[in-house]
Amino acid sequence: MKGMTVIVKKTTQLMAGIIFLYGAYVIIHGHLTPGGGFAGGVIIAGAFILVTLAFGSDFLNLRKEETGSTSTENIAILVIILLSVTGLFLGTKVFFLNFLPKGNVGELVSAGVLPLYNIFVGIEVASSIFIIFLALIIFKEEESI
Amino acid sequence: MITYWMCFILFLTGLYGVITRRNLIKIAISLSIMEVSTFLFFALIGYVDKGKAPIVNTNEPDQIYVDPLPQALVLTAIVIGLATTSLLMAIIIRIYRKYKTFDIREIRNLRG
Amino acid sequence: MELAITIITGFMILGAVYAIHARDLLSAVIACGIVGYGLVICFLLLKAPDLAIVQIVVETITLIIMVAVVLDSSREEAYTKLDSQGYIHALLSLIILIAFFYFFYISISDLDLLGKGSLRMAKAYIEGAAGKTGSANLVTGVVFDFRGYDTLGEATVLVTAVLGVIAILRLKGKK
Repeated sequence: MKGMTVIVKKTTQLMAGIIFLYGAYVIIHGHLTPGGGFAGGVIIAGAFILVTLAFGSDFLNLRKEETGSTSTENIAILVIILLSVTGLFLGTKVFFLNFLPKGNVGELVSAGVLPLYNIFVGIEVASSIFIIFLALIIFKEEESI
Repeated sequence: MITYWMCFILFLTGLYGVITRRNLIKIAISLSIMEVSTFLFFALIGYVDKGKAPIVNTNEPDQIYVDPLPQALVLTAIVIGLATTSLLMAIIIRIYRKYKTFDIREIRNLRG
Repeated sequence: MELAITIITGFMILGAVYAIHARDLLSAVIACGIVGYGLVICFLLLKAPDLAIVQIVVETITLIIMVAVVLDSSREEAYTKLDSQGYIHALLSLIILIAFFYFFYISISDLDLLGKGSLRMAKAYIEGAAGKTGSANLVTGVVFDFRGYDTLGEATVLVTAVLGVIAILRLKGKK
């Protein structure tokens, strides 16, 4: 798949980093402002899809991207399961226990284990959507060979 | 109450598209339209008059907020809808590669 | 508020009817975007900013995948003529439509008007969520703390869908 023209490539080089940073901001402030894990995750996936569409598959090595994305997604879902099972070993034996201190409402470091959940769910959602998109492109290339 | 009826008419439009169309892409589009009507119905149930978005501000303790529970259910459902649609598109791509058509009446010999 | 949502839902219905009856597949896919983006405006009017952010990006990604599939294949739909059995089918569907409308009317008659009623669980969640979970965003507190099982199930569904897509679109089988 060929890339696009020079204007699209230069604009993507400027915008992709800003979109990624905005997605990370929405994830980290998920317990203070609207957003959270899912919204930030799909925004980060959108940034990756933008880079892949603008530069084409002749320029990027898509096999390596797919291997990296699958590993990231599996590690993220494993950490989510480990975080939720930890409640069974501490204190009251409850699944999904919020075991870190809660702090004051409205500060950045508060709400116990919720920011960790937000971050790892965001990473997992972003990797999943990017893998689905990559699978379609790689299939189309292998078919036309 | 008329907004609930409009949601239902949108759902029936999607159902009509799934039943009567022969093209696979039209069936996938109609499925997506049915999902959209369900999300709108859930969000309509949770609305409270003069309510603000559910972000708590500790300086104003007596504030009416919109119901957060249907919003939590719809948030999960939107992402699951994306996963379902993408899986359906993958199957449609495979069917087109093998039979060279999108018409469901010509894809009869499924015995392989 | 009700008037605005009714008008936007009317536009969504018009877009949906055009998307089903269009001859060109690319026009049908773009008309499917009308329904999705109209839903974003409805979410913003109903004071749900989380849902608006997720829906706008998810709708864009769905449109990208659908346009990629349509442009790679044929763009026309075969024309179907109405045969003689079509009239009996139309009459049967009209009867079933009247039955649907009656059942929906029965099930709606217990709901309050838009904005007047509230669910019983909402009072317990709004008063207790900020203190018990410690987060200012009530929707995040409900999704990850009170309803953590649903989030775990949703993450599992995403991983399973990715597994399914990779397994379907694999060309080189085992030797």
